[in-house]
Amino acid sequence: MATADAVQALQERFPDLGIEPRPLMRYLNGKPSDQLWVRVPADRLLEVLTFLRDDERTKFEALADLGGIDYLNYPDAEDRFAVIYNLLSHTHGHRLWVKVFVNDPDPEIPSATSVWKGAEWPEREVFDMFGIRFPGHPDLRRILMPQNFVDYPLRKDYPLHGKGEREAFEVLTRDSA
Amino acid sequence: MELNRSTNETGGEFAATRLDYVVDMVKKHGINWARRNSLWPMPFATACCGIELMATGASRYDVARFGSEAMRFTPRQCDLLICAGRVVMKMLPVLQKIYIQMTEPKWVISMGACASTGGVFDTYAVVQGIDQFVPVDVYVPGCPPRPETLIEGIMAVQRIVAEDGVKTSKERGRGLGLVVQPPRQPVQLGTGFEQ
Repeated sequence: MATADAVQALQERFPDLGIEPRPLMRYLNGKPSDQLWVRVPADRLLEVLTFLRDDERTKFEALADLGGIDYLNYPDAEDRFAVIYNLLSHTHGHRLWVKVFVNDPDPEIPSATSVWKGAEWPEREVFDMFGIRFPGHPDLRRILMPQNFVDYPLRKDYPLHGKGEREAFEVLTRDSA
Repeated sequence: MELNRSTNETGGEFAATRLDYVVDMVKKHGINWARRNSLWPMPFATACCGIELMATGASRYDVARFGSEAMRFTPRQCDLLICAGRVVMKMLPVLQKIYIQMTEPKWVISMGACASTGGVFDTYAVVQGIDQFVPVDVYVPGCPPRPETLIEGIMAVQRIVAEDGVKTSKERGRGLGLVVQPPRQPVQLGTGFEQ
């Protein structure tokens, strides 16, 4: 069973969402990839993800990955942020990418931890790097940066060299230590 | 009985000879002669420089020839901090705490480009040189430095110790500013199977 069948099942279950599959990328010869992504609104996300996990034709048991994107200054981008869910079905051997778009201020997406336990740490990473909040997450703390860090370093408007955090330390001299 | 006495005599002569030698050397060179040949490194290995540090400690390069083979993973037992690798802003407080916990007198080697300057990792999270926040005695260049270069760095620390090692680090000021040069001649290494 190919990814297209899973998308068809999704379209039949959610006709009001207007889901249209798009190829994840194009090869250099112009041929589209057979890997597909679909766009889902944030308020219906949990419904869609639960269906994709449980339905016999989709059966995406695993959340392979979850990541964020900042589309600031990106040509033709309508929204600021996206969160991508990379779903994998061991039963059927197919994958599907689900994209959710959110905007400033206070970007929020319902947490997928109730659907896949494994979403907990990737969502913490997206929160740490992009500042997207996940209501319903059991423990939404920073995972990589120090807890007293205030910015979100993978946002495109954050400078590459930081805002001086890497120089803000106490200086140890031979007299003081 | 006779056997025991002769053993004692031999052992006594041996001990007296060695003790005379040590006393001679200490009279001649001071206590620093003993101290510089017994540096106990604290391996603060955070990246690929740590692999070269391990190679330096292993049999091929054998830092035991320079008296620094006793690496301890508690700062209380060390007097030479070898910072091998990049230090990020989450790791720097750990490095500072380790430096504070080391016993006096103590020395610091900044090993490799990343520990000394941040190297290629010029990003928001990587500290651009640990010498901004920790007093460094010897910088060892390289990316990563070869074990020969690190050994030369340890010998540079030995030269510092020979000059003013008995003073505490407070008394001797901010290092001697020595920089280690890499070996001029490329070192020819065999495969180990030559006849």
